[in-house]
Amino acid sequence: MPMPGSIVSRTKRSVSLAMAALLTMAAGDASQGRAIVMNRQLSACLLCHAGPFPDPNLQGNLAPSLAGVGSRMTSEELRLRLTTPPPDSIMPSYSTTTGRRQIGLRWEGKPILTPQQIEDVVAFLTTLKTP
Amino acid sequence: MKPVLLLLALLTAAAAPRSGYDDASPETRAMQDDDDANPGFLWVREGEAQWSKPAGPDGKSCASCHHDATISMRGVAARYPLIDTVSEQPMTLDQRIAQCREERQRADPLPPESEAALGLSAYVGLQSRGMPLHVRADSPFVAAGRRLFETRLGQLNLSCAQCHDERAGMKLGGATIPQGHPNGYPEYRLEWQAMGSLYRRLRDCMTGVRAEPFAPESLQAAELALYLAVRAEGLKVETPAVRP
Ligand code: HEC
Ligand code: HEC
Repeated sequence: MPMPGSIVSRTKRSVSLAMAALLTMAAGDASQGRAIVMNRQLSACLLCHAGPFPDPNLQGNLAPSLAGVGSRMTSEELRLRLTTPPPDSIMPSYSTTTGRRQIGLRWEGKPILTPQQIEDVVAFLTTLKTP
Repeated sequence: MKPVLLLLALLTAAAAPRSGYDDASPETRAMQDDDDANPGFLWVREGEAQWSKPAGPDGKSCASCHHDATISMRGVAARYPLIDTVSEQPMTLDQRIAQCREERQRADPLPPESEAALGLSAYVGLQSRGMPLHVRADSPFVAAGRRLFETRLGQLNLSCAQCHDERAGMKLGGATIPQGHPNGYPEYRLEWQAMGSLYRRLRDCMTGVRAEPFAPESLQAAELALYLAVRAEGLKVETPAVRP
């Protein structure tokens, strides 16, 4: 997908920031990541996305399927997608605690996922290869 | 027809609001269509009894002032929320009923979402069933409601419009996203196994995106309800509707 120049340069900076963050914690655990993606109360992924999971009738179609996403995207791109989605996307940032309004008291000040959970999800998504 | 007129007609047809009824399963629609099978009528019957039940120090009932609801309440639900002439604020039908109860009947307020409150609201709403929603669209409160509808909220950072304007008909998890119209309230939701108010639905959608819901008596809740009614202009009142 072609991207406008401004987004590309912003993307590069965010990639290096995201990679720097990775160095500070344990590598992701793909089986934990699978559980996080499938837990809709926690991650909400399957509200919007479908993928290679049980109960396809309970998966959303607001977004591309996650099937094969590990063949389409590198782990750096996946990490960036979770932390810094394009501003016009309906996909929320999973790492931010700012720039949102009227957050429910239970969630105030918290990112949707912790940095470690994001690494776990990234590790899992990279295993979703096209058959 | 001239091409321009045809185009206009097509555009208008495409923009016509679509009731949540049309997105519901045939079983759910059949339940709504048959008053004997529609569980909402348990609440309607409660409301009908409530209508002529005296309360407060003077022993007045709704019927003491409004007499026969099938005549006096006909069409009322189709024109709410309105801008109250005294407070000059938007007022929902549920707020009007609560105001009558407290100020005119001088009785204890009915707890929100109680059988008595939902029943009265459903009984009054039923008197407008089949009539097109038509509320005044020219107040600044409508514009404020629209802004709220289009503002991204909560930890998931989604606006009402992103789901109900831009993605109606698509699947959010297992649920079909309806256009989000208020024409069936109070309504029976299979998910709730109960009747609930429009406010309860808005609260569910707001907590769904992990936002702190507007309080039921807040100006924002009334503005949102007002904008929803304007957005649903012309849709027929379905109270008591049945939804998934
Ligand atoms: C509210 C909706 C929503 C939620 C929740 C959501 N996404 Fe997305 N996601 C999207 C949309 C829409 C796109 C498509 C591009 C765009 O418009 O941003 C997307 C794109 C992606 C992509 C790029 C896919 C591709 O083929 O280009 C990945 C990977 C992804 N999401 C993973 C996830 C994961 C993992 C989660 C949960 C931890 C998640 N998403 C939660 C809406 C969502
Ligand atoms: C993430 C998607 C999403 C967002 C954001 C959202 N809703 Fe909804 N809404 C839904 C879904 C899905 C349903 C239907 C639920 C079902 O049928 O089980 C629904 C139902 C409704 C209904 C009931 C329609 C009917 O026919 O009974 C109304 C009214 C409504 N929403 C209004 C709103 C308002 C106002 C907002 C913003 C404050 C909002 N919604 C935000 C997904 C959303």
